[in-house]
Amino acid sequence: MTKEQDTLPDLSNEEIHRYSRHLLIPDVGLEGQKKLKAASVLVVGTGGLGSPVLLYLAAAGVGRIGIVDYDTVDFTNLQRQVIHGESRLGDLKTDSARDRMLDINPEIQVDVYSDPLTSENAFEVAEPYDMIIDGTDNFPTRYLINDLSVLTGKPNVYGSIFRFDGQASVFNADGGPCYRCIFPEPPPPGLVPSCAEGGVLGVLPGTIGSIQATEALKLILGIGENLSGKLLLYDALDASFEFVNLEKNPDCKVCSDHPEITELIDYEEFCGMPAHDHEEGTAGEKWDITASQLEEKLKNGEDIRLIDVREPHEQEISNIEGSELIPMGEVASRMSELDTADEIVLYCKSGTRSTRALEILASAGFRKVKNLKGGINAWARDVKEDMPIY
Amino acid sequence: MTTLKIPTPLRPYADGKSNIKVQGQNVDEVLQKTIQEHPNLRKHLYDDSGELRPFVNLFLNEDNIRQLQGVETKLDEEDILKIIPSIAGGQAAI
Repeated sequence: MTKEQDTLPDLSNEEIHRYSRHLLIPDVGLEGQKKLKAASVLVVGTGGLGSPVLLYLAAAGVGRIGIVDYDTVDFTNLQRQVIHGESRLGDLKTDSARDRMLDINPEIQVDVYSDPLTSENAFEVAEPYDMIIDGTDNFPTRYLINDLSVLTGKPNVYGSIFRFDGQASVFNADGGPCYRCIFPEPPPPGLVPSCAEGGVLGVLPGTIGSIQATEALKLILGIGENLSGKLLLYDALDASFEFVNLEKNPDCKVCSDHPEITELIDYEEFCGMPAHDHEEGTAGEKWDITASQLEEKLKNGEDIRLIDVREPHEQEISNIEGSELIPMGEVASRMSELDTADEIVLYCKSGTRSTRALEILASAGFRKVKNLKGGINAWARDVKEDMPIY
Repeated sequence: MTTLKIPTPLRPYADGKSNIKVQGQNVDEVLQKTIQEHPNLRKHLYDDSGELRPFVNLFLNEDNIRQLQGVETKLDEEDILKIIPSIAGGQAAI
């Protein structure tokens, strides 16, 4: 990872001035700062994790930083994605991030990739960089980054978050394990709630992303002990940092001596879920009801049991009058409260959880059950305009 | 009794608990007693054929039980068994 001293670039007087607080640290010094200038890092995702990673790598003087994101800045991003501001709403996140990074440090080179990272473009995108930082939000892209990292021999600096919990590690470095050694396959869709379902404390990606940035700098500088072979578990509520030991899996499908995976695969198929899911939750035409159709039925006085499968604290944000609350996790055990003869409409925030609830009910013999397509947010958008969208 | 630490994503299926104290000789016994007490956890830990799901990582103190004796790993009173979840993070709409 670290570059030879005689091939390192020089620093200008202005750069020496800019980085003086680094140069004062004996472990960094002039040589270390030159290593940072010579380094190149690819950061996938400019969201909660990517924000602090990009801000700190830019400020630290990492010479070349590639950023991958196809998304645009949305209002609900601003609670945690601190690289973006209200003035950039609707802009490509890569453009917003690049401009902020170059404002902090115009000495660096920032490359932007505003398409999704896919099996088709991943090798080409990653080619110029020494390491990859995983700041993504979904399993297909995480497995893609891991396999890319193993197949190209580049370390993968990992971070992940959920509510108050964070994880960080360094995979595929110093002969250590890869992500697949620990998580050979993802949970089936719907079995573990996603971040948007569970929410995330805005500052949590700041903590985990800062740890990822620190690990990246240590790898470049060749100092300290990195997180290879360890998984950091941060619990913000307990204010606890714990570590568990990670070992290489001798039967790992990608990084063992006898790998089954020798090229990038179809990760959406492997994970059984889309990598880029911003669609409204739909259970399919046969099972869906739109907000307008539901409004019509209720206006006509049809006898419909409205079941809200969200959590109680979400009901306080918005609520369709007359609905009953059965949180998703309780649907299977409270099915006896429902009658197969009833006309039932299930809803959640945007239709994904209610689709899962519908699958549970349909497999138990319920036939007169529908999913509110797009959830209560579609109801707020199409029917009740004074209702907040969250 | 062994302390079983439940990660945040699984707490809704364990009555919101973050720690469960369970008496058991080995990992399997502790898990079986836990899902008897909290049946909604079962499908998150075991597949339909009763096998522990491959994405469920259990660590006895700092070590993965896969590197010990799997679910047969013996437990002591003071041991802490952690379920380490597979989390993706992010903002995809649900």
